[in-house]
Amino acid sequence: MQLSTRHLLGIKNLNKEDISLILSTAEQFKEVLQRPVKKVPSLRDITIVNLFYENSTRTRFSFELAEKRLSADTINFAASSSSAAKGETLLDTVNNILSMKVDMVVMRHSASGAPHFLSQHIPAAIINAGDGINEHPTQALLDAFSIKEKTGSLEGRKVAIIGDIMHSRVAQSNIYLLNKMGAKVTVCGPPTLIPKYISEALGVNVSYNLRETLEWCDVANVLRIQLERQNQVLFSSLREYSIAYGINRQLLDSLQKEIVIMHPGPINRGVELDSDVADSKQSIILQQVENGVAVRMAVLYLLANRS
Amino acid sequence: MQVLLSSQQLADTIKVLSQQLSKSYPSLENIVFVGIQQGGVVIANDIVALLQQQHSSEKVQFGQLDITFYRDDIRKEILAPDTMNIPFAIENKIVVLIDDVLFTGRTIKAALDALLDYGRPAKVELCVLIDRKEHRQFPIQADYVGATVETKKTDKVKLVNREVVLIPA
Repeated sequence: MQLSTRHLLGIKNLNKEDISLILSTAEQFKEVLQRPVKKVPSLRDITIVNLFYENSTRTRFSFELAEKRLSADTINFAASSSSAAKGETLLDTVNNILSMKVDMVVMRHSASGAPHFLSQHIPAAIINAGDGINEHPTQALLDAFSIKEKTGSLEGRKVAIIGDIMHSRVAQSNIYLLNKMGAKVTVCGPPTLIPKYISEALGVNVSYNLRETLEWCDVANVLRIQLERQNQVLFSSLREYSIAYGINRQLLDSLQKEIVIMHPGPINRGVELDSDVADSKQSIILQQVENGVAVRMAVLYLLANRS
Repeated sequence: MQVLLSSQQLADTIKVLSQQLSKSYPSLENIVFVGIQQGGVVIANDIVALLQQQHSSEKVQFGQLDITFYRDDIRKEILAPDTMNIPFAIENKIVVLIDDVLFTGRTIKAALDALLDYGRPAKVELCVLIDRKEHRQFPIQADYVGATVETKKTDKVKLVNREVVLIPA
């Protein structure tokens, strides 16, 4: 059994079997992470470069830890401290790195499609760690893994994605994945932060009412407002956004049922989530981070001989 | 396809192996049994069930070990892993590894690597149903052998529907 693709560019290119294979392999890696020795020799022979053209804490650490727990050799690249700052093109940078016998590239870039471009020009396996506003496939996979772990299955599960849908690669990857696995998705946020034709294009429900959405869902995946990607005024102030779309304890307690709260991080506390929600029993935010390592180990492992 | 052990012969062989183990270890206090996925787990299940009958006063400790992440040929092929379940500490225990077929010895080498990530056992023994002795690539021998068979290197020996069969290349 193997993945239908040589690269992980996005969830869009995966089929249901690929997703199931990654999630079931991740379960076995999660077991590895509970052992006295949290490391296996699987990728002993593989060298991986982490190419981060954009800031990251969680994803970069998570990938690096996953690589080390698989015994791969890793090198790290940050655009700010490299020759990219001297004007070297992306392709030149990568080709230079690959000539040092590197097998896999984990890449984050602010330009949507950067890993897709690279995949057409280099022989190494590429894993997209987030490209612009397009996709963040490993985040969607770890979110799915966490939902499955917490609630038992994805099929028929009602998932709300709340916040800045317009600028969120996490939202797009999650929508592709949840649709493929038979979950129901509603996106919720201010009209200016939800793409106009998203319902037709991606097959999701749209709601502008937070309370109704929370009443409907089993799981709420709450997103951050991506101020760094917004170049126009899309809502009047963070305070006003928080009043209309922020989730607080009072709101959660007034619902008919207990829902699961997720967030891909980084959280802007007091904006989209209050601290007493983010740190509550209902929140699985830190489990998501823990599961991220196991899911990324699965992806790296399954793509390791595809270069 | 040639039948090496019929289902009756298989049951008899497993019985003999469990008697040998019982003789070596009259008390199972410090012993754990670990089957190697997938064929080894099937054999180990039967052996452990027989041992449990003979030692009704103590619970036989039994785990399943998967070597997928410890294989040495990842560049050739990626395999999906099976379940790993070692629900006890192996520190200072005697571990009896159980597999269906001992061939090149590479699986056992990988199993030893995997096992040591769970702790430092006092001793590890190996129990196999079938030994294809002449094809070893590592200095690994079994302590308990059900049957030794002569095969060509290209043959496959497998457990299929409770029979051990030889499939020529």
